[in-house]
Amino acid sequence: MRLVSGFAHFWWDFVVGDDWRIAAGVVVVLGLGAFLVSGTSASASLVAAVTAGGIMLVAIGSIVAAALRSR
Amino acid sequence: MTNAVGVVVATLLASGVEFVEALTIVLAMGTTREWRSTWFGVGAALGVLAVVTALAGYALQSWLPEALLQLIVGTLLLIFGLQWLRKAILRASGLKALHDEDQTYREEVAAARAAGDERRLGLDWFAFVVSFKGVLLEGLEVVFIVITFGVNGGSVVLAVVGAALGAMIVVAAGFALHRPLARVPENTIKFAVGLMLSTFGTFWSVEGLGWFAPDDASLEWPGGDAALPVLLALWALLAWAAVRLLSAPREETA
Repeated sequence: MRLVSGFAHFWWDFVVGDDWRIAAGVVVVLGLGAFLVSGTSASASLVAAVTAGGIMLVAIGSIVAAALRSR
Repeated sequence: MTNAVGVVVATLLASGVEFVEALTIVLAMGTTREWRSTWFGVGAALGVLAVVTALAGYALQSWLPEALLQLIVGTLLLIFGLQWLRKAILRASGLKALHDEDQTYREEVAAARAAGDERRLGLDWFAFVVSFKGVLLEGLEVVFIVITFGVNGGSVVLAVVGAALGAMIVVAAGFALHRPLARVPENTIKFAVGLMLSTFGTFWSVEGLGWFAPDDASLEWPGGDAALPVLLALWALLAWAAVRLLSAPREETA
C-alpha cells in the first residue's frame, strides 16, 4: 500500500508540482476550448485565441498568488 | 523547421540544466565515496531512462490518434512548463531563493561522509543508490521533455540528439573543472526552457482540441507553424512584465 501511495505521490509531484491550481486551470480552459469546438460553430482562430488567452490568464493568476503568498 | 529547431533547443537546454543538478550528486559521491560504485549507479539509471524513453515513445506514437496525442502531450507539457516558468519568474524577481549548486554539493558530501559502509554485490551501496536515484530523478524530467517534444515534433531522434548534446556539454565541463557547475546561469536556462515548454504546450494542446471536432482532425492555428514565434513572444512578454512588476516594490524600498 505504501508503495502504491508513494508511486502516486511521486507522479503527482512530478507532473502537477507545487501548485495544483495551474493544472486545474489548464484543464478548465482546455475544457472550454473543447466545448467551443464540439458545441458551437466557432472558427479555429477564435478557439485558438480564447484558449491561449485563457491559459495565459491561468499563468498570471498562479504567479500573482505565489507572489502574494511569499510577501 | 520551426518545430525542428525548437525540439533541439528545448531538449538541449532542459537536459543541460537537469544534468547540472545530477552532476553535483555524482561528483559528491565519486569524490567522497568511490568512483566505481558511482559509475555503476549512473549507468543503471541511464539504462532505465533509455528503456522508459523507448517504450513510452513507441506506445504514444503507435496507439493514439494524432489529435488526441497532441492534446495529451500538449496539456502535460503546458502544466509542466508553467511550473518551470512560474518558479523562474519568482526566482528572477527575488521572491524565491536561487538554486545553489555549491550548497547542494556540500550537503551531499556531508551525507556521504556520515553514511555507513554497507557493501552489496561488491559495490559501495550508498554511492550506488544515491547516484542512481539522482540521475534517474533528474533524468526523468529530461525523458518527459524528450518524449513529448520528440513525438509531437515529429522526431524522437532529434529530441534525443538535443538531450545527449546537453548532457555531454555538462559532463565534459564538470569533469574538466572537477567541481559542481555553480556558475551556470541555471535560472536563466530554466526561464528559457519554461518559455519553450509553455509555447509548445499551448500550440499543441490547442491543435489537439480538434479531437473534439466531428472529423477528429487537428485544429489549425492561424498561420500554421508561424504561430509558434508569436506565442513565444507573447509568453516572453508576459514573463518579462511579471518580473518587472514583482521586482519593482523592493527596488523602490532598497
